[in-house]
Amino acid sequence: MTATQPAAAPGTGTEATEAPGAALAPSGSRKPGGDARETLYFALRNPKVVIGSVVVLAFLLLGLLGPLFLKNAPMDYAGPPMAPPSADFPFGTTTFGQDVFAQFVAGLRSTFLVGLLGGGVAAVIGMAIGFVAGYRGGLIDELLNMLTNVVLVIPGFVVLIIINAYLGVRSVPMQALYIGVFSWPWVARAVRAQTLSLRSRDFIDLARLSGVGVGTILRREVAPNMYSYLFMTFVLLFGGSILTAASLDFIGLGPTNAMSLGLMMNQAVQWSALHLGLWWWFIPPGLGITLIVGSLYIMNVGLDEVFNPKLREM
Amino acid sequence: MRGYLARKTVIYGLTFVVAVTLNWLIPRLMPGDPVQRMVARAAVQHPETIAAMTAYYEQTFGLDLPLWQQYLNYWAALFRGDLGTSVWLFPAPVAQVVLDAVPYTLGIMIPAILLSFVVGNSVGAMAARSRWLDNVALPVGYLVTAMPYMWLAILLAWGLGVALGWFPVAGGYDFGMVPQWSWAFAGDLLQHWVLPFLSLFLVSLGGWAIGMRNLIIYELESDYANYLSALGAPKRLVRQYAFRNAMLPQITGLALQLGTILGGALVTEIVFAYPGLGKLVLSAIQNQDFFLLQGTLLFVVIGVLLANFVIDIVYVLVDPRTRTGLTGGTS
Repeated sequence: MTATQPAAAPGTGTEATEAPGAALAPSGSRKPGGDARETLYFALRNPKVVIGSVVVLAFLLLGLLGPLFLKNAPMDYAGPPMAPPSADFPFGTTTFGQDVFAQFVAGLRSTFLVGLLGGGVAAVIGMAIGFVAGYRGGLIDELLNMLTNVVLVIPGFVVLIIINAYLGVRSVPMQALYIGVFSWPWVARAVRAQTLSLRSRDFIDLARLSGVGVGTILRREVAPNMYSYLFMTFVLLFGGSILTAASLDFIGLGPTNAMSLGLMMNQAVQWSALHLGLWWWFIPPGLGITLIVGSLYIMNVGLDEVFNPKLREM
Repeated sequence: MRGYLARKTVIYGLTFVVAVTLNWLIPRLMPGDPVQRMVARAAVQHPETIAAMTAYYEQTFGLDLPLWQQYLNYWAALFRGDLGTSVWLFPAPVAQVVLDAVPYTLGIMIPAILLSFVVGNSVGAMAARSRWLDNVALPVGYLVTAMPYMWLAILLAWGLGVALGWFPVAGGYDFGMVPQWSWAFAGDLLQHWVLPFLSLFLVSLGGWAIGMRNLIIYELESDYANYLSALGAPKRLVRQYAFRNAMLPQITGLALQLGTILGGALVTEIVFAYPGLGKLVLSAIQNQDFFLLQGTLLFVVIGVLLANFVIDIVYVLVDPRTRTGLTGGTS
């Protein structure tokens, strides 16, 4: 949790670590078809889930489709310098006459890419380590636990600065990859704790007796019981990766061959947009990140209520 | 308790070795050569001068030795408190440059962390199960938590600094002043401190409030809380017990959050051109002063490890289970 700001929502991560089982689906009630339909039913009636996902999807669509309809490339000197928002330039222009809206739309793409890749890498590493450590136990558990604790305590952001500064990581996917590599530990801990509590259940014993391999048991018996939790974890990692990437870009360690929301803020500050009063330059990128990540968090609270009937009744 | 502390010490020791090794290793994987860059900066043409300078710099930075010896020297130097020499501020020793910047960073970080922890936890505890407060605090909390640190800093600098002119927006003290022990200087220092502190404080606040709210709700559902209410205990008392139990994960959370908050402090300082470690990191990157960058970050890592260790000791004090060797604090 250290590396990313996913951390941002500390309660969510710590709670899961401290209270394993809280988010576990009740075992035994696994009716795949009916379950999915029921989940969807409650999800569509939960305002938090609906509003959160609508906002995120709207930004995603803008990022995906926007560039197709824009005539200006993000870095083009397209218009008059320092123009306030107008019909031609909805978000105004920079000191150099670049179209801020074009930059914003291009930045959204990098933002979602970093979230998806960074969150994905962290989720895969964290889950793999958590499942194996929790299920195998013994020496493997001790070693993996040690590794998890070491990476957990190292301030990941600092290591990311070193890596970016020295190795010149200058593309969005590479940046996302490194962010993922340093933000998995809290996932591993939470997944391990839950796996540990599932391991001794009867249906796992039965699966083991039937002679199938460890990988199959983990995939078909253990994981389905925490799909909801794993999905929520991924959402948190997604938001965290976005925030970490924005900070790195802001320091000037961002991609050089792409536009990103953090980079926009970096340039705005660097060319003293604050003192010139060019608010349209630095407000949109930060607001975009805040809305995307905030919606993800709020969506997660809603999902928690959907997956956990106890919270739903409240 | 001894087992708990021993385990923690081993983990921190190991982490320290890994962090130092990473810090030593990554720069050596870097394409390009810092010595050549420094020689190039002197803009001399004479090949003999270049050779002499290269030799001098290589010896100064110890780059002419075999790798394993460089690694051992790195450790030896570290224990002497020697972090090398800054290229940007040559010949100032990195340790001195870093130590000059540390008070500024600690000055905004420590008050921001402690205050946001206390205030956030109280707000969160109040918000739990109180419908209208919950409806206000929760969405606001999530949005504040989702804000990138530097964006809130930019907004504050622009709103309270540039537009309203209440606070200065750059530097740790007025550029016309000389650091000294006087009331005028202290007041000036305080004025420059407000905005960086405020932005760091605000971003951290939401997370604690949300975490506390969730934990209190979880605790209020537990058996002991139900039992206590069934006995007719007043609501206040039940909540007090819930609060004390909910504090434990929050303290663990504080340890986990340190790295993130520190990253936030670094970017916040950059927005305000505050002369702390963040500014140092930025200058080091912009001037390609890798010795300074490495020294600063190593210092930061050690600081985070020490703070983590302190929090673990606090944890022993507040959670009696760790003292008696029961299940608590196995993390």
